[in-house]
Amino acid sequence: MSQTRSKVITEDQAIATIESGMTIGIGGWGSRRKPMSLVRALLRSNVTDLTVVSYGGPDVGLLCAAGKVRRLVYGFVSLDSIALEPHFRAARQAGTIAEPVEYDEGMLQWGLYAGSLRLPFLPTRAGLGSGVMDVNPSLKTVKSPYADGEELLAVPAIRLDAAFVHMNRADSRGNAQYLGPDMYFDDLFLGACEPGRRFVSAEKIIATEDLLKEGTFHTLRINRAMVDGVIHAPNGAHFTTCEPDYGRDEAFQKAYVDAARDADSWKAFSDRFLSGDESSYQSAVTAWRAEVAAAKEASK
Amino acid sequence: MSDSPALADVIAVACAEAWRGDGEIFASGMGVMQMLGARLARATFEPDLMVSDGEAFYVAGDLPIGGTNKTIEGWIPFRSVFDTLAGGRRHVMMGASQIDKYGNSNIANIGPWAKPKAQLLGVRGGPGNTVNNATSFFIPKHQSSVFVPTVDMVSGVGYDRAKKIGGFIAKRHDLRRIVTNLAVLDFATPDNAMRLVSVHPGVNVSDVVANTGFDLVIPADVPVSRAPTAEEMDAIGRIDPKGLRHREIPS
Repeated sequence: MSQTRSKVITEDQAIATIESGMTIGIGGWGSRRKPMSLVRALLRSNVTDLTVVSYGGPDVGLLCAAGKVRRLVYGFVSLDSIALEPHFRAARQAGTIAEPVEYDEGMLQWGLYAGSLRLPFLPTRAGLGSGVMDVNPSLKTVKSPYADGEELLAVPAIRLDAAFVHMNRADSRGNAQYLGPDMYFDDLFLGACEPGRRFVSAEKIIATEDLLKEGTFHTLRINRAMVDGVIHAPNGAHFTTCEPDYGRDEAFQKAYVDAARDADSWKAFSDRFLSGDESSYQSAVTAWRAEVAAAKEASK
Repeated sequence: MSDSPALADVIAVACAEAWRGDGEIFASGMGVMQMLGARLARATFEPDLMVSDGEAFYVAGDLPIGGTNKTIEGWIPFRSVFDTLAGGRRHVMMGASQIDKYGNSNIANIGPWAKPKAQLLGVRGGPGNTVNNATSFFIPKHQSSVFVPTVDMVSGVGYDRAKKIGGFIAKRHDLRRIVTNLAVLDFATPDNAMRLVSVHPGVNVSDVVANTGFDLVIPADVPVSRAPTAEEMDAIGRIDPKGLRHREIPS
């Protein structure tokens, strides 16, 4: 029997393939199941001038804070339990995102889906008549060739140079599994991406024959032909949700938001949590939790 | 029940009334009061509505807001939400930071879009919602900085813009009602300009006018928003046992 090929690599090996100026799609939704360990590795790199495509959460916030985003394709940026993302707000209000591309959430899905089907566009009603078209004159409409003759918005295909998604389980070949309530649009991010830089991080890497011990076959929506690199990333979505492995770290998310209030506190936060590699991040979070628990105990 | 109901309870009922007659569709509430309204309508006069837990499941029974002991009756991940709204089988109640006379609404940003004074959420699903399914609004603070002559970014499409598109969208465009801390409003006028439907107990028509930044259509006779029935008060107690509604609308 021939040997199967393992695609297991590290976050830094994945990020080493990323070049400045690329278009990067990031899976998850808001502050939910974001591939944060890959985002943190990207923050450590010298890569800049990126186009980022995301149902945005702290991934977008952190990349904006690091000045890596030239163009942002988004429907929203939110931390869910905290509605507004502070770094994204600051970047938009300072005008530092050179080219914001604001879409309706469904338009973003359509753009990724068109990209994954290699179609030039997909038609939709979402966006018609709205400010999305006022602020983006490059968006075009298309007339139905059938008797109805309806004018529809032609959402242009989004093609990605790289895609990052975070899953609950994967095998070493890239078959990946989500065990939470929603896959979001992770399959479309992988589908819209050129082969070569389609990266899946996972809480656990397990044997192929164990995948169905974790969940029903319905959870196997990412197959290995959609994936080039697999990264073992326990707690890799922190501080976003990764149900059912863990929920959102609300206290840490709040600390993240509080730290964004001024340059000094953000520098202190970055120095403490974001200056080292992923294992330093995870240790710093563990130490922070112990401190918070001790402080709570002491104040009783 | 006391003779004067809490304002939050009157508002919960006014929100629930948005879904009256909707039948077997997805009643989607974005926010505490909106969710309470949808679940209250389902628990009382509109039993066929589908309501979600706000995450990814349709739930049966009277799930309290924030409750985790769910009877799941279906699965509604975001992709299915998009499919359902494009199919028109949904009536969503959203929030709005700005709204104008014809119901153009804004949750995206305050000030110019290119470099906003205040970046808010982004347009989210507003453009798709408002051209595809019925949309209502709950606005907890009725003031003229919210009810504005022109919104800074159209995240939700109003009647004037829907008419300009014409065809399929103009025919079905359906902004149902707006519930605020002062009043209930709708667009049931010949040119779909915003109309005052009722004022909440203790509120005068002049209070609404003073806090609206454009001319409202005001009928000769403006009734007072109705009080909850005993059955509705029971249901409100089951759905919001912690009284989260009172945080949004203090009495």
